[in-house]
Amino acid sequence: MNEYIIIGNGVAAVGCIEGVRSQDAEGRITVISKERHPVYCRPLISYYLEGKTDLSRMPYRDEDFYEKSGCRVLYGLASAQIDPAKQTVTTDDGKTLSYTSVCVATGSSPFVPPIAGLDTVPDKFSFMTLDDALALEEATQTPKRVLIVGAGLIGLKCAEGLHARAASITVCDLADHVLPSILDADCASILQSHLEQNGIRFMLSDTVERFDGCTAHMRSGGTVDFDVLVMAVGVRANTALAKGCGCETNRGVLVGDNMETTVSGIYAAGDCTEGTDASCGQKRVLAILPNAYMQGFTAGVNMAGGTARFDNAIPMNAISFFGLHVMTAGTYDGELYEEKTDGGCKKLYTKDDLLKGFILIGDTTRAGLYTSLIRERTSLQTINFELMKKVATSAAYSSEKRKRSFGGVV
Amino acid sequence: MKRVYVNEAWCLGCHLCEYNCAFANSGLQDMATALKGKPIYPRIHIEGSDAITYAVSCRHCTDPICVKSCIAGAIRKRDGVVRIDQTKCVGCLTCVLVCPYGALSPNENGVMQKCELCLQNSCGEPACVTGCPNRAIVYEEREEDA
Repeated sequence: MNEYIIIGNGVAAVGCIEGVRSQDAEGRITVISKERHPVYCRPLISYYLEGKTDLSRMPYRDEDFYEKSGCRVLYGLASAQIDPAKQTVTTDDGKTLSYTSVCVATGSSPFVPPIAGLDTVPDKFSFMTLDDALALEEATQTPKRVLIVGAGLIGLKCAEGLHARAASITVCDLADHVLPSILDADCASILQSHLEQNGIRFMLSDTVERFDGCTAHMRSGGTVDFDVLVMAVGVRANTALAKGCGCETNRGVLVGDNMETTVSGIYAAGDCTEGTDASCGQKRVLAILPNAYMQGFTAGVNMAGGTARFDNAIPMNAISFFGLHVMTAGTYDGELYEEKTDGGCKKLYTKDDLLKGFILIGDTTRAGLYTSLIRERTSLQTINFELMKKVATSAAYSSEKRKRSFGGVV
Repeated sequence: MKRVYVNEAWCLGCHLCEYNCAFANSGLQDMATALKGKPIYPRIHIEGSDAITYAVSCRHCTDPICVKSCIAGAIRKRDGVVRIDQTKCVGCLTCVLVCPYGALSPNENGVMQKCELCLQNSCGEPACVTGCPNRAIVYEEREEDA
């Protein structure tokens, strides 16, 4: 009987379990979980603080998921070591388990820069895990002044989550615009104005030079007094485990399209990996939930002797702030088509007869058609792109393609 | 399994499917009370160009990317039908970002909805199909490679 071990218990792990079970109903699956919670999705933690979900609705799968999947979970084990020669995993409570194949799904961790005086701040948090959200909830039982360092996805979603609970929220970032990883300055200014209208205060192109208790001394010379600090500067892939057993790593654990690492029998999936961005062909850490599931599933199928490839991963995000929706995908490279809309915008980037990337703010109707053009690398000559760039609609496709889509099984 | 299929050559673009869908999912007994003078949020919609019109609703894909992408675990496939647990949906629109057909849209409260084949409402079979005056929308079994 095959023995499968999955290190990590997030969405990539669920994908892996379901991938294994699509091939092998018998083999034993063991999940090693650092957190003491059944699988939940990290992006939900801001919605939890906001009250849009709660602990009863947050679990990613039904209560009997692990049992029905014939899967045991070892909770509360912070680390593990893989011995590829012996094909064993040793957990930090000293148990050694044998494996046929193993999947590293260790995710990522907050990166906290060594800012002077950080140790003098009494109430400081990261915003990655459910336990972080629960701790922040506890710390904001009465309205507090919140300082968030980092205007990326995590920092801004944290700001929205805490908005109704906080006396004030200040967000600072060394970058000169919000969401620097997915927006250009132009689009970011639309979002920033919207956030400011909702009471979020920004200090951009600025950072904390030094903390003195509950006072942040900024590089620009000003100070910010706060009660609660959230450090949301960035995340780093958790590569140490894979690196320690000989897997090649860069910013993430290197994987092929079959999710195997450079060490035979060891697979990796999710935020800890570095795979190929199909929109530009480069190796990148694509730490987003859909990729985590699809990588996990692909790993699981291959671990169990099947054949699966995942070769059209692209960066993509759907995110909203106080009712304003933002969607982005792909790479912002090539010729720009731009529309300004009331309170929003659309930017499409085309190159070499392909849609390479887009940014949508405000109207996001049927955005998946654009995403699909990028992922499927559809030749724009084969569609009515003049129509498509104005409205995302399958009317821009050939009638044969529509017949397959809406008159056939897909 | 039976799915909803459309034939664009027969679609008149009358939008009746949208109204029948919104009524079927309203839970109300009377169409006027349910729809009159209100914005409607149907789970099927008419698209088209100058030349053609056709109805778009969930394809209940063999390998649905919305299910894999949902950040709340709210979209699941059971017995071939892709369904949304609206109590779990947080309205992030990731499903809209990934659906290649444009089949999902938010309801009046920003919670996602999509065609669930009228299996959960009192119709028992898709109201868009029953009400289509030109049989441009049908509910039937088709071969995987049709």
